[in-house]
Amino acid sequence: MLTRRIIPCLDVKDNRVVKGVNFLNLRDAGDPVELGARYSDEGADELVFLDITATIRSRKTIVELVEKVAENVFIPFTVGGGIQTVEQIDELLRSGAEKVSVNTAAVSNPNLLAEAAQRFGNQCVVLAIDARRSKDRKGHWQVCIKAGSEPTDIDVVEWAQRAEELGAGEILLTSMDADGTKAGYDNELNKAVTDAVNIPVIASGGAGALDHLFDAIVEGGADAVLMASITHFGNYNIHQMKEYLRDRGIPVNL
Amino acid sequence: MIVVIDYNVGNVKSVCNAFRYNGCEVVLSKDPQTIKNATGIVLPGVAAFGYAVNALGPIAEVVKEVALQGKPLLGICVGYQMLFETSTEYGLHKGLGLISGNVVPIPEGRVIPHMGWNLVKFPEGMDLFEGLGSEKHFYFAHSFHAQPSDTQAKIAYTEYGMDIVASVQKNNIYGVQFHPEKSSHGGLQVLKNFYNICQKASS
Repeated sequence: MLTRRIIPCLDVKDNRVVKGVNFLNLRDAGDPVELGARYSDEGADELVFLDITATIRSRKTIVELVEKVAENVFIPFTVGGGIQTVEQIDELLRSGAEKVSVNTAAVSNPNLLAEAAQRFGNQCVVLAIDARRSKDRKGHWQVCIKAGSEPTDIDVVEWAQRAEELGAGEILLTSMDADGTKAGYDNELNKAVTDAVNIPVIASGGAGALDHLFDAIVEGGADAVLMASITHFGNYNIHQMKEYLRDRGIPVNL
Repeated sequence: MIVVIDYNVGNVKSVCNAFRYNGCEVVLSKDPQTIKNATGIVLPGVAAFGYAVNALGPIAEVVKEVALQGKPLLGICVGYQMLFETSTEYGLHKGLGLISGNVVPIPEGRVIPHMGWNLVKFPEGMDLFEGLGSEKHFYFAHSFHAQPSDTQAKIAYTEYGMDIVASVQKNNIYGVQFHPEKSSHGGLQVLKNFYNICQKASS
């Protein structure tokens, strides 16, 4: 049986892992390669590296980082942040990433998802969505772009469905409202998206306690749970998370 | 020396990294003479099937030739799917035809791609899984799967609402649908086993 995945997320800025609250107030959390290797040893199923600066200079740094991680970490990892072209995706995959996530570029050019899927297969095309609860429409969420700084009129559920048709193989769904709060995932959001698509959905934003992971899987229907603050700052290790889930009947690779 | 075929698709470097981490000699190449001199060949692959077949181009014939002469060959993911006769991923494409059977979409009614860690049960006598007990989790990421029709092939399955072929072995030809280079210690052991198979075959 396919297991549910535990995925630590490493937001990278100037070659350091950082973590903020609601995308603001960043705190240093360590060296990305060391932290990646530690999570892999603890039993993480996958890793996500997000280049949160996403400038031309940082792009070169992130390729070097991917190469270093790939020499030391033998679990799959996704890289994202500012990726705009199929050539950039190719470079990252060739450097050792298993998957690449796109966000803003897919909103401005949805065809990027189709092009990438036809060349690399949809299993390595991850659509990242930064979702914010709509103030005007209850039970709806807006897609935000440019690292969450710019809200759009696009509805999250509709965008997720369209992305699946275009060729996205997975959705990394971050609740901006919950991110970094440690108050639990937005499972209404997770459920709305997992009910609407047939590709795997990674729930992200808000993990603060072990039962939050369980709820994202059971209530939210998530195939995988992503977390940052609770692992980086030592609240729980990956092994504890997996034991907790296993004891509550969730299949995990332990 | 193992040769990992370099044909402009993703993740080739990770496969080399994993062999090196194991202390195994490996080189990334598409040179026919290097391929012919190798103790074993790895055909990796993160790509769509059609793209991969086109990217492989004339090297396909070299790989086929050495495999039919008995050199150990390991196909990974799309490289594994290419061992079969055809695939229907984004159009109908021909594979190497080293193992009879075809590559088809995973049937609807479950989350697709089949992505993540799934349990593979090993039948008796599959050399790739030596030292790993009777079952192990490996990392999968695919939307298409192979349906071998070869009666000589040994097959290991994983369960995903149906039996999915996780690994095939026919004489010197080996294939894994999962990614050993991304499957932590268990995956590294599979690659080490393949290296040992190659060493044995060449001595």
